[in-house]
Amino acid sequence: MGLQGLTYLIVGLTFALYIGIAIWARAGSTKEFYAAGGSVHPVLNGMATGADWMSAASFISMAGLIAAFGYGGALFLMGWTGGYVLLAMLLAPYLRKFGKFTVPQFFGTRYYSQGASTVAVLCLLMASLTYIIGQMTGVGVAFSRFLGVSNSTGIFVGMAIVFCYAVFGGMKGITYTQVAQYCVLILAYTVPAVFISLHLTGNPLPQLGLGSDLAGSSVSLLAKLDQISVDLGFAQYTTHMRGSMLNTFVYTASLMIGTAGLPHVIMRFFTVPTVKDARASAGWALVFIAILYTTAPAVAAMAKINLLTTINPKIMTDNNITAPDAQIKYAERPDWMKRWEKTGLLKFTDKNGDGRIQLYNDKSKDPKFAAAGWKGNELTVNKDIMVLANPEIALLPNWVIALVAAGGLAAALSTAAGLLLAISSAISHDLLKEKFMPDLSEKGELMAGKIAMACSILVAGYLGLNPPDFAAGTVAIAFGLAASSIFPALMMGIFSKTMNKQGAIAGMLAGIGITMLYVFAHKGIFFIKGTSFLGLFGGKANFFLGIEPNAFGAIGALVNFAVAFAVKNMTEPVPEDIANMVEQVRIPKGSGEVTGAH
Amino acid sequence: MQHDHEGYWKATLGLIRNVLIVWFIVSYGLGILLAPALNSIHLGGYPLGFWFAQQGSMYVFVALIFIYAKLMGNIDKKFDVHED
Repeated sequence: MGLQGLTYLIVGLTFALYIGIAIWARAGSTKEFYAAGGSVHPVLNGMATGADWMSAASFISMAGLIAAFGYGGALFLMGWTGGYVLLAMLLAPYLRKFGKFTVPQFFGTRYYSQGASTVAVLCLLMASLTYIIGQMTGVGVAFSRFLGVSNSTGIFVGMAIVFCYAVFGGMKGITYTQVAQYCVLILAYTVPAVFISLHLTGNPLPQLGLGSDLAGSSVSLLAKLDQISVDLGFAQYTTHMRGSMLNTFVYTASLMIGTAGLPHVIMRFFTVPTVKDARASAGWALVFIAILYTTAPAVAAMAKINLLTTINPKIMTDNNITAPDAQIKYAERPDWMKRWEKTGLLKFTDKNGDGRIQLYNDKSKDPKFAAAGWKGNELTVNKDIMVLANPEIALLPNWVIALVAAGGLAAALSTAAGLLLAISSAISHDLLKEKFMPDLSEKGELMAGKIAMACSILVAGYLGLNPPDFAAGTVAIAFGLAASSIFPALMMGIFSKTMNKQGAIAGMLAGIGITMLYVFAHKGIFFIKGTSFLGLFGGKANFFLGIEPNAFGAIGALVNFAVAFAVKNMTEPVPEDIANMVEQVRIPKGSGEVTGAH
Repeated sequence: MQHDHEGYWKATLGLIRNVLIVWFIVSYGLGILLAPALNSIHLGGYPLGFWFAQQGSMYVFVALIFIYAKLMGNIDKKFDVHED
């Protein structure tokens, strides 16, 4: 069977598996499921959280970014895992004890006002919608390769499937499907990594392979990668930082607190039976997430070596990489390049007309490139394709390539569905039902939720055609928005007995406001091309201490805290019953009794 | 029934502070601020700063959450506020 047939078969089989599990799990008892998931083992719950959490950005895009940034890519690794420490200690146990099922409900009660809840809904919508743009970018990449169509067509197909999937999955809403998706995506991620690590270093564990010597030599893989990166005019792989050290620091912080502030992640901890379980389940979730996240740096480095040696086979053996016959001929390019060219995500332009592919950093001042007659970099490789193309580049068997396609789709679909659910419940329940239309029937609420889902897919799909950044970059913006608005207000709600509604509302508005201003100035108003207004700030990119817009959430969070405390001190104190309630929330005892609160 | 809420909260905050200190040192300290200096030391084929940033910090995060959960359980019992 050919690659295309095998891909259809494996993707088809995994989809059949998810649907089968969905039907089987529903046949059990729906009530039991909603009764706080008491029957779900914490380990399985951890896997489900892992699938929910690990999105197209983690699966498809992150390793590509690490490959491009080298050391600097660590900010995604540390940011998206370190946030779980914050979540486990600062939020999960207390929100669980609080006994509300959505984040806006927490705000409405703790800050004793519908206003606070409405502001939280708006912040949540902004962050989740941006997050979905990132998912659609990833879905587009996966589908375009999978169906052999252009990236735009891939996004349209993806939009249709995500919609069916979210509506279907939303009604069943089952943990077990996500457990299956976790298994598919982690297999799809680690199997090729093991193969490639074995091939390059002889060590089957990618985490160790990355720190090993290349097979048959006494040069370590990372040292070799450092050397060939520099030879091709790129920065040294293991030390290259993303912007300044301050930028790296702030970027990491922004992703960490964003992780702890994203509603669809927080919601998972409302479903465990006890406060104790809420603490431990964050740990289990992180175990399963870390399996992928510790493999990613190996995938990144090894993919980069494989890509560079495919294009320029001489870099591994001899130093004369600019020799006329060092690079491969375009006419003799491997099949995987032909397949990816169809998607438009891999492009070749023969700038010097020699029929060979030159891949290097054409901004490098090194005179050897000009001396060799190189007239610019000729191969542009979209960062998002690295993971999906990796097994093809490494010439792995076809079933591995097909498995990776299935894994990428599982990652993107499970997260997109989770986010769409968060959005639709926020609009239909927290906004419409609680605030504007209290008489709304259950049927009407469900319909409103579906309409909200459809609208968000349309908006996300449209913006996904022209994304503000790569999948992981777009997702980083979403995290920044959550970090600057939701996380500080949640924390103050638990750790400050005196924080009042005026302070919380002002803080959230100021935090997300300044973050949106900074992001929109760089990337356009609501990410629409051509509406950026950097000109107002002297046209200078990254104008605040050199911090990128993707990293600005941490600054927004600081503004949020500062404004909240300033406003609190100027307005009337928090009512006594609320202060007592905060006191109660801090004590685990009696958490079993609040599960029914809604 | 009167529990020592203040003592419990103080113990909780103390534990959170300690975990956060380790969390900060490993990720922001060894993984970012001191990474360039640590890179001259090697752990196998890994420059040490690079290892902390791309591998080590994540192993520590996992351990930290389980240690926190365990110690928090002890505090709950000590102040008799645990659930059963």
